[in-house]
Amino acid sequence: MKLAYWMYAGPAHIGTLRVASSFKNVHAIMHAPLGDDYFNVMRSMLERERDFTPVTASIVDRHVLARGSQEKVYENITRKDKEERPDLIVLTPTCTSSILQEDLQNFVNRASMDSESDVILADVNHYRVNELQAADRTLEQIVRFYIEKAKKQNDWCTTKTKKPSVNILGIFTLGFHNQHDYRELKRLLNDLGIEINEVIPEGGSVTNLKNLPKAWFNIVPYREVGLMTAVYLEEEFQMPYVATTPMGIVQTATFIREIEKILLAADPSISFDFENYIDEQTRFVSQAAWFSKSIDCQNLTGKKTVVFGDATHAASITKILACEMGIRVVCAGTYCKHDADWFREQVVGFCDQVLITDDHTQVGDMIASLEPAAIFGTQMERHVGKRLDIPCGVISAPVHIQNFPLGYRPFLGYEGTNQIADLVYNSFSLGMEDHLLEIFGGHDTKEVITKSLSTDSDLSWAPDGLAELNKIPGFVRGKVKRNTEKFARQNHFNMITVDVMFAAKEAAGA
Amino acid sequence: MSISTNDTLVFECETGNYHTFCPISCVSWLYQKIEDSFFLVIGTKTCGYFLQNALGVMIFAEPRYAMAELEEGDISAQLSDYKELKRLCLQIKQDRNPSVIVWIGTCTTEIIKMDLEGMAPRLEADIGIPIVVARANGLDYAFTQGEDTVLAAMAQRCPQIPTVPSSSQKTNNLDFSNQKENIKKTEKSLVLFGSLPSTVTTQLTLELKRQGIEVAGWLPSGRYTDLPALGEGVHVCGVHPFLSRTATTLMRRRKCRLIGAPFPIGPDGTRAWIEKICAAFDVEPQGLDERETKIWEGLEDYLKLVRGKSVFFMGDNLLEISLARFLTRCGMIVYEVGIPYMDKRFQAAELLLLEQTCQQMNVPMPRIVEKPDNYYQIQRIRELQPDLAITGMAHANPLEARGITTKWSVEFTFAQIHGFSNSREILELVTRPLRRNQTLDSLGWTKLVK
Repeated sequence: MKLAYWMYAGPAHIGTLRVASSFKNVHAIMHAPLGDDYFNVMRSMLERERDFTPVTASIVDRHVLARGSQEKVYENITRKDKEERPDLIVLTPTCTSSILQEDLQNFVNRASMDSESDVILADVNHYRVNELQAADRTLEQIVRFYIEKAKKQNDWCTTKTKKPSVNILGIFTLGFHNQHDYRELKRLLNDLGIEINEVIPEGGSVTNLKNLPKAWFNIVPYREVGLMTAVYLEEEFQMPYVATTPMGIVQTATFIREIEKILLAADPSISFDFENYIDEQTRFVSQAAWFSKSIDCQNLTGKKTVVFGDATHAASITKILACEMGIRVVCAGTYCKHDADWFREQVVGFCDQVLITDDHTQVGDMIASLEPAAIFGTQMERHVGKRLDIPCGVISAPVHIQNFPLGYRPFLGYEGTNQIADLVYNSFSLGMEDHLLEIFGGHDTKEVITKSLSTDSDLSWAPDGLAELNKIPGFVRGKVKRNTEKFARQNHFNMITVDVMFAAKEAAGA
Repeated sequence: MSISTNDTLVFECETGNYHTFCPISCVSWLYQKIEDSFFLVIGTKTCGYFLQNALGVMIFAEPRYAMAELEEGDISAQLSDYKELKRLCLQIKQDRNPSVIVWIGTCTTEIIKMDLEGMAPRLEADIGIPIVVARANGLDYAFTQGEDTVLAAMAQRCPQIPTVPSSSQKTNNLDFSNQKENIKKTEKSLVLFGSLPSTVTTQLTLELKRQGIEVAGWLPSGRYTDLPALGEGVHVCGVHPFLSRTATTLMRRRKCRLIGAPFPIGPDGTRAWIEKICAAFDVEPQGLDERETKIWEGLEDYLKLVRGKSVFFMGDNLLEISLARFLTRCGMIVYEVGIPYMDKRFQAAELLLLEQTCQQMNVPMPRIVEKPDNYYQIQRIRELQPDLAITGMAHANPLEARGITTKWSVEFTFAQIHGFSNSREILELVTRPLRRNQTLDSLGWTKLVK
């Protein structure tokens, strides 16, 4: 058992549902107790979705516990088949149903014989994979299912399109700024003269999956979801793929050069001048390169930051901060523990230390001890920042509704570089303004709390110590307080008097 | 002139394929209500994910609840449940030192048959903190019923009321008639059950005080250490319609007398509630008529907006019958009352009042659909085109996009809706989408799907 009240990545079935409900005309049926269909609320509220989320539950209740699902799952599948006529029904196990160990595959086999729709069972283990891994698997599973089906029916063509074309894998619902990223990718690819063959799963149709091999190559914008599918398509059809995330100026250039290499290998007569395009975009279309060079950004030089998020965003933002903006990343971390090696490899040389954890208290403690000038993280880090009075830019899921903006906010491509530059700059300048306010007598009624869930609060402040502490200007008070408490703990003082404070100051040599 | 109606209420039962919150969500309001408690939800990532997302910003306020997240080793019994729970509870004791730890059993603990009730007394003795076990799981219960399971468990922990030593008093006092009066007074005490914000408990307590009835205590109280004394001769009355298990426990286990009353939601409900309590205490209610009339007069601006409008409850929090009754009295026409679970005995007085209200207002009796099927309900909503659908958040946006005005039902659970003074709050919620649409409808884009 683990004591926790926050998690970065959700349970496996959420990943499966995100993929299934992103496709058009695919319905997911969860084998779950009442109340587990919370996914519908999230999609309806966060994405502000207009359509009913195509997810229903086949409810597991006492009767199911006593006698098994028997006809229930089968009936729910065939009923949905008649009501909505989906192309595909995905039966989704949940943590509850996976310990019941019912033979769900058997229900699926029976139901698929009696349904017009295709029916599959999502193949994910709840206790081994998280939301992101499950999404990656489910996408691959669905693609594999339809490729194999097409093969069997001999109803497809693998002839490549005339003009260079690409599949985009991994854009989906509840993804961090996915919709905007997709628009930006489309624009970028259009500039490069590349047609888009299929985009999956968002808005894609499963009946079109047999067309995937027509594309010249695949791109996987996000590390977390789509890679398995790309690997499968490479094995099956020798389709090359680009897995570089085009986030930031440098990585976008790498991304384009990789595409160029693939295109030239496929057709040496391609004449588009990619290098000129990169140069033009970098120096004049995107404002980010000029912006970091402008004197305003000198102030950011060497400022300390902590970065935390999913592997894709945390790694990319770390690189942008370190090499494109001259900001010092004291710690870069990710909660994608399953992808820790890749992450380390990506950020090595760009940050002082790497943190791989899915325990938010550990991240909070790390931030508290490093005292960066700004944080780039998830909503959790934003709240840690609030408590410690450190500004935070949100760069990765998990997110709140405000991270599903209506306005155009891509993180990828050249427009993405502008957005990121704004985000980074605003985080810092807000911090500066905040400090100036404090210096010139801003209200200071806030208590600095360094407590995490587990903390030892054996220290108390004597009145004279507290009075002295209150004389220290607000913007450094938290730091002084924490340093003093640290010193007191090391030296076994239980009561912090003014003497202890001065001793702590002297010990710190400041 | 009467519209052709059913003479009595019609009850139906559908498939139970509906959307509601998991009952573990009750920790969100109960940990705030019981200040010295700590709620430990023993479940999986799925439970945690639900709490984290449903409770939103509360998560960041260092709440006094946490997940004991079961891992593969726990499921396959490679780890000892007792040792694991002891380790976590000791950590909670060290960090927060609560007066009570409430274990919330979930679907998973049910399925793997983790003996929480068996372990709790042992662990309680081991660590010296009371442990209350509530099985608030999605296999058995819906949303607000979670509170019911917690309060039913807490009812067992309330101290026993000292028995009145009637024989000793007899010798002291020779005036027997007076003595009888005295005993009657000491024997009858009133305990109200149902979790409400402290301002609302104060309002309701004062309301009864005006009638000369003292509230001896509330279940739950603001602190676990202040739980009210229970026992024979204690009258109990519920404030929420979803507390049937608690009521049963109070009657059967604690020998209390249940006052069956409509619930104090809306001025009509509040009045009926007070009247029933007064009747149980042989008190003639004073000035209720004027009070109720005054409240209705104050609501007139809102009533103008709702009169003659139709409403459809999809059903997810068990407040539906009371709200339907109040809205009928306000002049609305209720097409359907979906409800997760219908305890006809506990809600008897409320159902009767609903029936009477429909007759008095001369409107058709609504269908009451237990365990509704959301898919069928949406077909019916499409057909009936109600002016307002009260529904969960999963359906609200899609219905709005199709031109159906909605109000999220969850808000009724979290808003203050009890008593005379909060009647306005209910109408504020009900009319908000109507008022919003009054402003927007002239723009001509009511349907926003192709």
